[in-house]
Formats: sequence, structure tokens, C-alpha cells
Amino acid sequence: MSKSINLKKGLELNLLGAITAPEAPVDVPCKSVAIDPADFPGITPKLDVREGDVVSVGSPLFHDKTYPSVVVTSPAAGKVSAVVRGERRKLLSVVIDIDQEAPAPVKFTTTGITDDASARALLLSSGLWAMLRQRPYDVVPAPDAVIRDVFVTAWDAAPLAPDFRLVLSDDLRYMEAGVAVLRRITKGKVYVGRDSRNPIHDIPGAEMVNVNGSYPASNAGVLAANVAPVNKGETILTLDALILASIGRLMLAGHLVPSVVVAVTGPEITKPLYVRTLPGAPVRTLLDGRLSPDAASRHLRVISGNVLSGVSVGIDGYLRYPYRQVTVIPEGDDVAEFMGWASMAPGKMSQSRTFPGHFLRNRLFSPDARINGGRRAIIMSGEYDKVLPMDIMAEYLIKAIISRDIDRMESLGIYEVAPEDFAAAEYVDTSKLELQRIVREGLDYLRDELR
Amino acid sequence: MKSLRNYLDKIKPNFEPGGKFHAFQSVFDGFETFLFTPNTTAGRVGAQIHDSMDSKRTMIIVVLALLPCLLFGMYNTAYQHWLAAGNATFPFFTMMLYGFLAVLPRIVVAYVVGLGIEFVVAQWRREEIQEGFLVTGILIPLICPIETPLWMIAVATAFSVIFVKEVFGGTGYNIFNVALVTRAFLFFAYPSQMSGDKVFVPTQPILGIGGTVPDGFTGATPLGQIAVASPQAGEALSIVGVNGQPISTWDAFLGLIPGSFGETSTLFILIGAVILLLCGIASWKIVVSVFAGGLCMASVAHLCATPLYPASMLTPLDQICLGGFAFAAVYMATDPVTAARTEIGKYIYGFLVGVIAILIRVYNNGYPEGAMLAVLLMNAFAPLIDWCVVRANIRRRQRRLTA
Repeated sequence: MSKSINLKKGLELNLLGAITAPEAPVDVPCKSVAIDPADFPGITPKLDVREGDVVSVGSPLFHDKTYPSVVVTSPAAGKVSAVVRGERRKLLSVVIDIDQEAPAPVKFTTTGITDDASARALLLSSGLWAMLRQRPYDVVPAPDAVIRDVFVTAWDAAPLAPDFRLVLSDDLRYMEAGVAVLRRITKGKVYVGRDSRNPIHDIPGAEMVNVNGSYPASNAGVLAANVAPVNKGETILTLDALILASIGRLMLAGHLVPSVVVAVTGPEITKPLYVRTLPGAPVRTLLDGRLSPDAASRHLRVISGNVLSGVSVGIDGYLRYPYRQVTVIPEGDDVAEFMGWASMAPGKMSQSRTFPGHFLRNRLFSPDARINGGRRAIIMSGEYDKVLPMDIMAEYLIKAIISRDIDRMESLGIYEVAPEDFAAAEYVDTSKLELQRIVREGLDYLRDELR
Repeated sequence: MKSLRNYLDKIKPNFEPGGKFHAFQSVFDGFETFLFTPNTTAGRVGAQIHDSMDSKRTMIIVVLALLPCLLFGMYNTAYQHWLAAGNATFPFFTMMLYGFLAVLPRIVVAYVVGLGIEFVVAQWRREEIQEGFLVTGILIPLICPIETPLWMIAVATAFSVIFVKEVFGGTGYNIFNVALVTRAFLFFAYPSQMSGDKVFVPTQPILGIGGTVPDGFTGATPLGQIAVASPQAGEALSIVGVNGQPISTWDAFLGLIPGSFGETSTLFILIGAVILLLCGIASWKIVVSVFAGGLCMASVAHLCATPLYPASMLTPLDQICLGGFAFAAVYMATDPVTAARTEIGKYIYGFLVGVIAILIRVYNNGYPEGAMLAVLLMNAFAPLIDWCVVRANIRRRQRRLTA
């Protein structure tokens, strides 16, 4: 039994550097991993380890100050080689040097998970709870949150994103086990959104939703908004199918199996491919020998994630949550483009019909990281709505957030959105506003004020 | 281009704080970003790539879409002058030169005054120069009678740029359309110079081009003639051109009639509309609904035609082709900043602009043309329309909560 939703609004971008002929993922062993607390919004990290400590897979690295039971655990076994702190001693990352001699993975009791409390306890202690997100606020859920429904995304429509059917391959039994755990912690349903054109198999126990649309149709927020929107006072859980499979693996193996499949993509990659590695792997290792030969002649932008909602980590950075994609594009700050605003070059990527590139449906583009203009007040109207398939007045919500008007944010539906839902709008915005940052700050502000 | 880039990089430090010309930083920045796409790259978090479209290109497309009207305006200005002077031959290039010379000072004055204020304010606020005035500066000469004294254009432009735009925060924050307020300022501050039968047709030769127009001619616009007409019952309206010949609907559509510089030709306005709509710059919802509203109101007025209100005797098609209606529908009502911003709101806003334009034109003998006032009035009401549309969204959400 499955539902179907059709979404007309969205963004279709054809970028150079897709994985055209997928092969089995190449194993890329790495010497170290790093976990960045910024990947776990809502958590105020308190360290559980010190430099020099030996950790194994599943050992807690840090916990949340407010809810100490929410922990982030190590994806690798080895020695904590560095605890990097920034201004005002803010924790920036925990780096672990991998040591094959290190102790075996931490065992978790996975039998007798028959009720809400035991399921939550397992997820919390294994660190997988920290991989979940809740709406409202798009943060790591509180351990005692009353969860109305769970929304799992089993596809990614972002540019160059990995194909979940390939990445998940034979993980059906893991996903089934994962769904069984999630059903313990909610009284509602576990919805799984999948690509209607390239669907994953039905998962027993879950409500499958076939989604037909383009980015951001694959987002959990869009799925929820079109199936059962979040109201004030309700909490839903969101996660992707890869984390769902991790939960299942934990259930069946009794310990964490932290390997991930990552799509290495982008116009600057010679031969885009899938690699199998660890969460938090160094990007340099993943890209070693895969950058295009002439890449040294220009500045590059190395993105963990996709080009619309990812994080620029630099070549010395580490793979960041949600650990499934690395994209490399030209940075573009080293070119001098004469009168770019008048350009009719076919290589210019745009949703606007004033660029010939708009009509070249089969062309693959290689955009750089320039914002292609100057920041302005919101001038054009209706731009955001065209790429936001939710019943949200995007422009008005953004204005309410900027003016920090709590009542208006609430009434315009801020509880239904996450920053990533505005990624496509941020791309098309001719006023070049940082919409995702605005939404993130608005959500954090609201959470602080209402606590 | 490389050498230009290097030159800019060389002189740039002079314009930075502490440099010799630091008071011109915004101006330098404006020219630099005009010449070279800024190399600002996306932040660390958030969208890593951005659409190539920006507000510079948006504004330039609007200016391009105004060029057909500008070119036709040059021809028509000369054509009216030639007719009034009683010439029998119409040399095309000489006439275009005459029209060009007639409008050039007006464009220069509008840009110098408006952009000058923009530059000063941008520097004062330490912001980038914004592109909004590129469009406003060309709109102003297009919607004024050709004989408007230059100093009036300067005063009106300064007034509206300062008090309609800058005090609200600049481009994107204004409530009223800046170009239309310029026109309204002229209309209400200098009524005698802004209407009547002498301002729409130039009477003097320029740099020896053109002839001298005899004193007795009447250069009133068709709507101006209708406003003062007193037809008897059953008698048809008569509107005549500067040569005394009657004006047909076809003449009005082509635009070879007296009127404000760029807004006489419905044909060329439609060419501009096609450019704007194909490029996706203007909202087709607004354009279509302004015409729909205008036709509806004009039909109603025409059905109840009475000599008491002579303009009601015009056919709906005449109403669309005469005056500034089409120009307002395509270039004024579609200004995204001052129009309704919600998609449903755009239909309502546009329709009401059309209705009110004809309403004022027909039933208010004091104002022969209502398009300008209709757009300004709806500018004031656009936030209210949007408020209602947004309210509906909020209510949907509240209902879901209580259900």
C-alpha cells in the first residue's frame, strides 16, 4: 500500500560530474576521522574524551549539556589525536587517528527492544539518536519528545546526489529492522518517501510514499508538508534511509557498523564514483588522485554534501553529516568576467529565460561558487514560491524571521521548515540573500526564546 | 579586458577607507561591479552555487523593453511637430534626429539628478549602488510631456527619489512607484505647464532642425479634448490630431497622436510587453488582469454612455489605446516592489488598477487620464491585498491545528 504525491514546483539542475555508469563502491581506507559538533544542531557539546584516550567504534565522544543522554559516538576505533577548539574555546572537532589494534566495537543489547523506553535507550546510547532530526527547529530531538510521526527520505533529488537504490542495494532487511525500532518510539506512522521514477522496494511496516518531483521534493520537510504537516506543539522525526539502515544494522549485528557509501562528484572530478569509507573521513583521502588534471591551475571549492545545501569544507576538511556526498566545483574567485550581467554565454546556468543556457535542456553545466551579483533587498516577487513545494508563504516567512517576530513566524509555519528546504530558493534568488542562514538563525532564535 | 582589470585593481586602493578618493567608494564599486561580475563567492554554509540572474540584468532587461517606446517616441514627437508646422514630407532620419535631440536633455537630467542622489545616499549609507534608478531614469522622460521644462523634471525627480525611495530605505523598500510619483508631482505642482494643448507638441526647431509651428494649432491629447468636450445627445465624439484631421482607433493604436513622450503607441508598448513577458521579468498575471479590468470597466461605462461624461462614449478598445493606459499596465503596474507580491494578489491588484484607471478617466472630469492615479492608488492598497492573501494561508494553518 502506498501513497503518491505529485509536486510541480522545484528545481532541476544538470551539472557536469554525475556518476554516469555506477560501479561497486571503491573501498577507501582512511587514517583518521573527525566529528564536528556543528553537524548536530541543538546540542551543546560536553566532551567525554581527552586527547590521547583510546576509543572504539561506539564509544561516546561528547554529550549534550541539557540532555546528557544524547551522545555522539565514535565511528572509528583508535586514539583521540586532537580536540580542536576555536574562539571562546568552542569545540570545533574531535579527531581520531585510526588504529587497527584498538579494542572491538562497543556491544549494545539489541534484544528485548519491545517498548518505547528501550528503543529510545538503544538509539541514545549508540549515538544514532544524534543522527535523527526533529521538526520543529531541525535539531537533534529531545530524548523525551513525543513523536507524532517519523518521516524517512529514501531518495535525493539534489544535483549529482547519490542514487539511494544503488547505495542501499540489499539493505532491505536492515531497513525493515530499523522501521521496527522507529515504530516503537512513535504512536503514529513511519512514512518513507521514495522517488516514483526509481523507487526502492517496499519496506514492511512502513507507509511508502511515491514522490514525483524535482529538488527539494526529496526533503523530509517537503514530504511531511504534503503528507501530514507539523502543527504547533507537535514533533516529528526526520532521517534518511541510510541512517534507517544503520539502525537496522545495529539491531542485527549488536554493534555499530559505521561504513558509508559516498558519491564523489562534481565538474572537477575526473571520473565520478562511489566510495565506501567512514563517516568523518578526510576529504583529501577521498579525492586523492581523482581531481581533474588541470584543477591545480584554479581555485577549487570542496563541498561536503550537494551544491545547494552542503558545506564548503576545503581540501583539508572532513566528510560532514549526512555523510553521503562530496562535490568539487571551481571556486570562481580567480576569474575576471567582463560585464557578466550582460553575458549571453551558453555556459551560464540560470532559471531565467534571459540566458540561452536556460533552453539547453541537455547541456551539463559547470557553475562556480560566485554569487553572480550583489546582495539586495528582496525585489522580485514569487521567486521562492516557484521552488518550494510546501504551503508556505516563503517571502513573508523570511521577512518575519529577519524581523524576529515570533507570532508571525509561528503563524506562517516556521515549525514546518528546515534550512535545507530553502536551498533551491537561495539558488534562484536574484537578491542573493543567504536564506538558509536566515532560516537557521530564526529557528535557533525561536528555540532559545521559547525554551 | 585583462589590462582594464589590472587598472581597476591598481586604482582600487585610492577608493578604500583611508584612500585619496574614499568618498567615492560606492561610485567606484558601482562601476567596478558593472564592468566585472563581482567575485564574491558563496558562504561556507548554504547554497554553494547561485543562479546567473541578478538585479543588474533584471533592470537592464526592463530598460531594453522600454527602448521600442523610446524610439517610437522620438519619431512621434517629430511627427507631431512636422504635422503642426504644416510640412508635407516626413524625412525619417531627420525626424529621428529631431526627436532624439528633443528627448536627450530630459533623459540626461533625469539620470544625472536621480543617479547623483543615489550615489550620495549609497556612499552615506556605505552600501552598494542599487540598480533601481536605471529603469526609473528612463521611465521619467517617457511619461512626461515633451515640453516639460528641464528644471521641473529635475525638481520632481529629486523629490521622488528622496522622499519616495531613499527615506524608505532605497530600492526594494519603496511603497510607491518612483517614476509615477515624479509624474504626479509635476501634475499637481505645475498643472498649467503639464496639461493643455501646448505641452505635448514641440513648437520650436532644435539646432536648426524642424520648423516653426504657427500659433493657432491645437496640440491637445485625445483624452484632453474629450474631457472638455460637450457633445449633444446622439452626436458622436470628435477627436482630432494637430492637423485637424480626425483620429481613428488605428491611429491611436499605432500611436501617431499627441501625448506624453513614450506612451502613445499601444503597438510598441505591446512589443515591450512581449520582451518583458518572454524574459519572465514582468508578471503576466498583472499585465493580463490590468487589461481585463480596464476592458470590463470601459464596457460598463460604454453601455451606460452619457454626454454628461463624454469619455464614456469611447469604445472599450479606444479606452485601451488612448492615453497612458497600456503603458501603465505593462511598465508601471508590473513594478514588483510596489505591486502585490502574492500570486493571487497580483490578479486582484491588476484588475483593480484597470478598473480604477477607466473609472477616474470617465467619471472624473478634472483628470483626463486616470492610469497614473490608479497605479499609485493601488500601490497603496497592494499591501492590504497581500495581507488578505497571507491571512488565508495563516487561517488554513490554524484550522489544521484545531481540526
